[in-house]
Amino acid sequence: MRFQLTGEQKALRAAVRGVVGRWSGAGRWGLVAQFPAPLIDRGFWGALGELGVFSLRLPEVDGGAGLGLPEAVLVFEELGWALVPGPLVATHLAAGVVPGAATGETVVAAADGSLVEWLDEADVVLPGAEGAVALRSVDPLTPLHRVPAAARTDPVAVLLTAAEQLGTAARVCALAVQHARTREQFGQAIGGFQAVKHLCARSLVRVEVARAAVYAAAVTGDAVDIAAARLLADEAALRGARDCLQVHGGMGFTWESEVHLHLKRAWVRARRGGGDTESEEVLAADLLAQAG
Amino acid sequence: MDLSYTAEEDEFRARLREWLGKVLPTLPAKPSPDDWPGRRAYDCGWQRMLYDAGYGHVHWDASPTTRLIFLEETEKAGAPYVGANFVGLLHAGPTIAAEGTPEQRERWLPPVLRGDEVWCQGFSEPDAGSDLASLRTRALRDGDDYVVSGSKIWTSHAEVADWCELLVRTDPAAPKHRGISWLAMPMSAAGITVRPLRTLAGSAEFAEVFLDEVRVPVGNRVGDENDGWRVTMVTLSFERGTAFVGEVVACRRVLGELAVEARRNGRWDDPGIRRQLGRLNAEFRALWRLTQWNVSEAEASGGVPGVGGSVFKLRYSHARQELYDAAADVLGPDSLDLERPWVLDRLSSLSYTIAAGTSQIQQNIVAERILGLPKGR
Repeated sequence: MRFQLTGEQKALRAAVRGVVGRWSGAGRWGLVAQFPAPLIDRGFWGALGELGVFSLRLPEVDGGAGLGLPEAVLVFEELGWALVPGPLVATHLAAGVVPGAATGETVVAAADGSLVEWLDEADVVLPGAEGAVALRSVDPLTPLHRVPAAARTDPVAVLLTAAEQLGTAARVCALAVQHARTREQFGQAIGGFQAVKHLCARSLVRVEVARAAVYAAAVTGDAVDIAAARLLADEAALRGARDCLQVHGGMGFTWESEVHLHLKRAWVRARRGGGDTESEEVLAADLLAQAG
Repeated sequence: MDLSYTAEEDEFRARLREWLGKVLPTLPAKPSPDDWPGRRAYDCGWQRMLYDAGYGHVHWDASPTTRLIFLEETEKAGAPYVGANFVGLLHAGPTIAAEGTPEQRERWLPPVLRGDEVWCQGFSEPDAGSDLASLRTRALRDGDDYVVSGSKIWTSHAEVADWCELLVRTDPAAPKHRGISWLAMPMSAAGITVRPLRTLAGSAEFAEVFLDEVRVPVGNRVGDENDGWRVTMVTLSFERGTAFVGEVVACRRVLGELAVEARRNGRWDDPGIRRQLGRLNAEFRALWRLTQWNVSEAEASGGVPGVGGSVFKLRYSHARQELYDAAADVLGPDSLDLERPWVLDRLSSLSYTIAAGTSQIQQNIVAERILGLPKGR
């Protein structure tokens, strides 16, 4: 048993971090300025395609990298970390099914739960979006439509959503720690106060527990492991973003601070299929199945 | 990332499982929690059986993965807990193995492995619990002896222990983390008084130990004089890193039993209860994965478990309390009946966020040593 990242997996993670880091560093929140109608940056979407974000699980003969869920999870964790907008999971799942999805030429949206993200910007919508009604989305970087019938959710989508939530959880923990180290009040860095320190420590604990669950679920591909990963990653992202906002104090409640964007994205992902009620029922049923 | 085991590890698991299946039915009945001599004899008998079968060393020199398999299989099979041998096998033993002289290893390690000698832990004091470095028990050098006076508290197994891993202050003038030494104190020495303490669970689980001019040979000091704090950190990292593996397996088993009980008594039809149990399933699965992650990390780095153990301990101690709170919800009014299963476990779970460093102290450790936040008050 060697439940650690391999050298190749670390290299892949670093490559993705480099590309999405450059993007989010440069044009960072340019899309926010376009509120209330954000656009997908097609150039960047193509760059993600080139990087293999969408095609990495396709066999090499089909132009993919022939990698598996563990690698996909590492990549989606990075996308979550960098708050990359767009229907990333839907396009990834459409690779090899919808022409152009694998390379990032085609943007694919999908109904997931009772919502569709990025409907108007997508070239293709799976499995269709009959009767979709636009919402005034709480997340300025994710336009949303509501669809009447809840779509069935692919377990891989549930897992990749968990990976994105894990990335958010790690990011908001890092932002909280960074602020706690530098912000001074009462003549000292606020991170020296136990009340603040403990918020940060609990945030890290949630990240570490969620990470173990997400990576393990990627290795086993087991539906019950995936449900567990999703529950813990949702919790780590939602609670972590709240605590990060709290550590930022008044600044955290402003539009200028990026904290609200992480929290709102985590809220959007938590409403995708396979969220808390569904996952808890899967995990409960498993207890009786194990008992026989 | 790989969760599969090698052929060698699979073979170890199969051999152990077969042996457990053979010997467990031959064990005598478990003594009552208040019968310390009975518990000592039972736990030492089990350690002796492990030793004779070649498993006595497993906590010390098996690979982390092999140790993980050992703890998983023994717990699944319902084998006895390490019990009265906890301190000897998991704290004092590894510390002496890492820091002791060849003579010290030869004197103290074999009896621990054979289940001949039991150790207790003399770390905490009435005014030095989580703030361990504030300890005041003093040891004055007198020829070839230290003369030790003071008191210790929360000392499990003190009435039946042969040895005590004792922290004493050997230099009162030094800053508080320096000036501490680590001694092996024979519990038969003159001047030691043990007063059992009754816990909120009703049993005498630990004791106060009073030390009145107890003579301990200087040769019983492990590590250099005044270097005891560093030696202690080695001990504590063992405690936090590996102490809870079997317990996670046990919690997963209890959770399954709770689901069965809930189905039997109709509480399963309550979606709130059902979902609560489902969430706990996620919790303990994740803690098991985190264990595997930490073990793999230890195996890769080849070192002593790191502060990552604090992360695990923080989450586990709360999850364990939530598990037994859920048990109370499943049992309903029966959760107030001490005769029912899980009720005593619920009471004892209350210690988990306090013992071995409170959750608040653990959070400080995580914040300062992992996240790099400034030390403060």
